[in-house]
Amino acid sequence: MQLKRVAITGMGAISPYGKGSRLLFESMLAGKSGVRYHRELDRFSSLGPRVAGIVTGVDLMEVPRKHRRSMSPMSIYALMAAREAVAQANLNAARLADGRTGLIMGSTMGSVYTIEEFFRDYLARENLDQVKSMLFFRVMGHSVAANVAQALGISGRVLAPTAACSTSCQAIGLAYETIAFGRQDIILCGGADEYHPLTTGTFDLMLAASASYNATPEKTPRPFDRDRDGIVCSEGAGVLVLESFESARKRGAVILAEVAGFSSTCDTSSIANPDPEPLFRCMREALDDAGLQPDDISYVNAHATATVQGDIAEGQAIAMLTDACIPTSSLKGHMGHTMAASGALESIVCVEMLRNGVLLPTLNLDNPDPQCGTVNLLTTPKRQPVSVIVKNNFALGGVNCSLVLRAAKD
Amino acid sequence: MTDEQVIEAANKALAEEFELDVERFTPEVLFREDLDLDSLDAVDMVIVLEKTFQIKIGRDPAIMQIRTVGDMHQYILGKKRELEQEQN
Repeated sequence: MQLKRVAITGMGAISPYGKGSRLLFESMLAGKSGVRYHRELDRFSSLGPRVAGIVTGVDLMEVPRKHRRSMSPMSIYALMAAREAVAQANLNAARLADGRTGLIMGSTMGSVYTIEEFFRDYLARENLDQVKSMLFFRVMGHSVAANVAQALGISGRVLAPTAACSTSCQAIGLAYETIAFGRQDIILCGGADEYHPLTTGTFDLMLAASASYNATPEKTPRPFDRDRDGIVCSEGAGVLVLESFESARKRGAVILAEVAGFSSTCDTSSIANPDPEPLFRCMREALDDAGLQPDDISYVNAHATATVQGDIAEGQAIAMLTDACIPTSSLKGHMGHTMAASGALESIVCVEMLRNGVLLPTLNLDNPDPQCGTVNLLTTPKRQPVSVIVKNNFALGGVNCSLVLRAAKD
Repeated sequence: MTDEQVIEAANKALAEEFELDVERFTPEVLFREDLDLDSLDAVDMVIVLEKTFQIKIGRDPAIMQIRTVGDMHQYILGKKRELEQEQN
């Protein structure tokens, strides 16, 4: 069976920089940080970190109540990103509703603020009589996917993969495979998360959250740097429109880039600490899927979150691909870790790197850690033709994902 | 509370809950057709009215008969009278 080639024809982003995929790329290109001091964390005396990447410049009330009533912020971010992606792809309402367009989006979990609100009342009164009708729709596992599909009138397949930090990378991979297999022509895919102190708390208790740069938030996180001290938790949403080449050409859509390969592997050595071998296997399988060799790679967009162990394991895994020092960077240095949105937001920036012929460095990488393998860790933007990008995301739970993105060509 | 105060408080609470202009809450207005509220909103309407007036409505079958803002006013005023009778 001949598999279909899969194009990216639209992109949308809500990030700590604000609204829009263009703003995301331009802010990163200018070397701006999206990380700020986050006062909400001051109320937790036991917590070390005081920094986060919070979405700015977005008015949640823009979404009419009819759709907003069942949404927590993560779904609103995702809807805004999806609208931008749909507009860029030039998809009309009839196309979204024709059954050949689907949606694959996830989040780490349902809205923690909504769960908190529920339990505050429930534990005080031990009664369920004040539960409002929209509670479930904000906390259910497929809240983002269902809400965006409802608001946009998407009537094809709706799936909601959940794998923490790998969520939206998996969503893109599943969309790619679904289209390649001919089950849908177009899929809106990606992920979203809203910030809650519990996210920072979770990483802090594992000693994996950055806490040494509270006075200089823009200096953290520091992926691959000798002085890195952990993750900075952020929020946002990223959505890409994936489409068969056939459909895109028939519509006269602009092909921004190609999704050429995907793989997902599981690291069973630990639920929290990554091992290089399964990471290497994931990238290798994604390249095989794309029919490419390690030497074809222009650049690796690393997951690297600035944890001590994770960055070393990933750097070593990348070095296992080839003797050539592959240019590599992590975009977490710019905006922190946007969790379930990270795979999609970082993929959007990768597409812009392919289109603009520039590789972005890791922000805050001043002294590359020699333990992170023999890879070319970029510290400044590099102008060069970019043809193939391997994009990684790895999640707690051992779920690894790699995408192969290729510059648009016939 | 006078009947007018009850009506005013109900209108204000529901206008706030459903993000509507309180001036739209006139007796003849239909919840579904005019205010675009559905059965899920009706569930929340009960909770808002219970909280506002510290009353118990629960699954009172009479609530299912409410179609207009005026019906809602009459329902709440009826509840008020029931409570007054109980207290007397």
